Amino acid sequence: MSGETAVSEVPAVRVEDKLFQNRYLVDAGKPHITVTPHTVPSPRLLALTRICPAGCYSKADSGQVEITTDGCVECGTCRVVAEPYGEITWNYPRGGFGVLFKFG
Amino acid sequence: MANEKFDVIVVGAGPSGNACAYTLASRGLSVLQLERGEYPGSKNVQGAILYADALEKVIPDFREDAPLERHIIEQRIWMMDDRSYCGAHYRSEDFNEEKPNRYTIIRAPFDKWFSKKVQASGALVICETTVLELVRNDANKVIGVRTDRQGDPIFADLVVLAEGVSGLVGARAGLRSIPKPETVALAVKEMHFLPRETIEARFNLQGDEGVVIEAAGTITKGMTGTGFIYTNKECISIGIGCLISDFTEKAHTPYGLLEAFKQHPSVKPLLAGSEVKEYAAHMIPEGGYKAIPQLFGDGWLIVGDAGQFVNAVHREGSNLAMTTGRIAAETIIDLKSRNAAMTANDLSVYKARLDESFVMKDLKKYKNLPRALENKHLFTTYPKLLSKAAQTWFRVDGVDKKAKENEIVKSFFRTRRVAGIIGDMLGMARAWR
Repeated sequence: MSGETAVSEVPAVRVEDKLFQNRYLVDAGKPHITVTPHTVPSPRLLALTRICPAGCYSKADSGQVEITTDGCVECGTCRVVAEPYGEITWNYPRGGFGVLFKFG
Repeated sequence: MANEKFDVIVVGAGPSGNACAYTLASRGLSVLQLERGEYPGSKNVQGAILYADALEKVIPDFREDAPLERHIIEQRIWMMDDRSYCGAHYRSEDFNEEKPNRYTIIRAPFDKWFSKKVQASGALVICETTVLELVRNDANKVIGVRTDRQGDPIFADLVVLAEGVSGLVGARAGLRSIPKPETVALAVKEMHFLPRETIEARFNLQGDEGVVIEAAGTITKGMTGTGFIYTNKECISIGIGCLISDFTEKAHTPYGLLEAFKQHPSVKPLLAGSEVKEYAAHMIPEGGYKAIPQLFGDGWLIVGDAGQFVNAVHREGSNLAMTTGRIAAETIIDLKSRNAAMTANDLSVYKARLDESFVMKDLKKYKNLPRALENKHLFTTYPKLLSKAAQTWFRVDGVDKKAKENEIVKSFFRTRRVAGIIGDMLGMARAWR
C-alpha cells in the first residue's frame, strides 16, 4: 500500500463497537460454528481472523485460531472459505437463536 | 403436524420462498413454510431495492399496504478514486408516476409484511424452526424434511428450497455444492439514521422521492466489488462488498473497508451527524449463469439465492428470487392439477420456463462477465485515470485544450499501454454482448 495517499488507508475500527448496535439471542453454551482442533492454523483459518465481518475468529497466544460465535451475523463467509476443507464445522443456530436483524 | 402431509414444504421465508408459498396457497395447495428466524426477515439482509414488476406479478396491489420507503427517481453511478468521483446520474420526473418501478425498502419490516400475506393466503408459516435435512424414500425421492423442533419428519409431495445463498439443506443433501469463494461476495452494511428533512435536503428530494448510488473504484482497494448508498425515509443504507476470494488474498477487513468508504470526502458529508442503528453482513451470489446448480430433482426444487439467481451487473436479485419462486409455484400448480408425481422429469418444466423468462436470458447474456470483472485494472487503474482525465479537462490553468486532450490520451496509454487497453476493452465487450 506504500505510495498511496492517507485516504486510501483503511482506518482502524473496532468491530465490537458495530456489533454493539445489533440484537442477538445467544444460545449459551451451544456455539453453532466450531473450529476443528489443529496445531498449526492453515492460511484459510488465519484469513478468517481478518475476513469474518463480525470478528468472531481470533488467533490465540498459543498460535491456534479460535472462534467466539456470540457476535456472528450468520453471513456464511467462513463456511465458504473453510468448511470444504474440514477446518470448521458450520451450522445455523437453533431455530429462533442467533442474530435478530431489526432492519436487515 | 407429524401425521399431516402437505402438498409442498417451502424452506425459508425470504422473497423467493414467500413468492412461492403465496402463489401456491392462493391457488388452494396445502403449504407449510419453515423459517429459522424468530420472525420472517430477522435473518435476511439486502441493500435494499425492490423491483415492483416482480412483486406485482405475485401481489398486484402490493402498494396499498407494503412498507415501502422511497420510490427511486434518481440513479447515480460513481467511479471513485481516493479523492474524487466521476459519475453518471439519471434523474427523471417520469419516475414520479402512479405506479413507480423501483423502491427502496427495509427488509425486516418488508419480509414481515410479505409473510402476513402468505399466512392470509392460507399457508401455514412456522418460525424459529431450522430444517436440518431432507427425508427421502427408498427410491431416493425427497418426501419431506426433518427439523430441530421435533424428531419426526414432516412429509410433502415436494420440497422447495428457498434457503438463501448459504442454505445448508441442499448442500447437505448433495443437491448443490457450497458456493466457491470466487462466486460469492461478502457485503457489509450499516443503517444510518437522520431526520427525513436532512436526507431530502442532502439528496435533493421531495416527499417520498429517493436516490440510489452504486459506486466502484479504489474504494474496494483493488478487489472486485462495489459500494452502495440508498436513501430510505429516515435512514441511509450504506454498504460495500467484494468477492470472498479477493478478501482472502488481501489484508483488509470488511468493516475497515466500510469505514474507509464512509470517510471518503464525497461520502462523509452525506452521513454527517447520523446515528448508526445496525451493522449487518451478507453473502451475495456473483457467479452468474455458470454458477447455477442443478435446479430440480425427484421431489425438490431450488429458487432464489440458493440457485445463485443474481444479476451482478444490474444489481438485481430479489426480483429474480420472487420470479423464480413464482414460476416454481405456477409449475407446481400445473403439475398438481394433473396429479403428476413430482419426479425430476415432471419438474424439468420449471427449468424450461425459467429459460424462457428474463431470469435466464439476462444471466446467460452476462455469463462471461464474472470472469471479465476479475480484471483488477477496472477497480484501480481506470478509476484513477478517469479522475485525472476529468480534472485535466475541467481545470482552467492556461494550458490549451489540444494539449489537454493529448495529455489525457497519453495518460491512458502510458499507464496501460495500447495492448492492455485493447485487451481490457475486448474483454468487457465480449462479456457484455
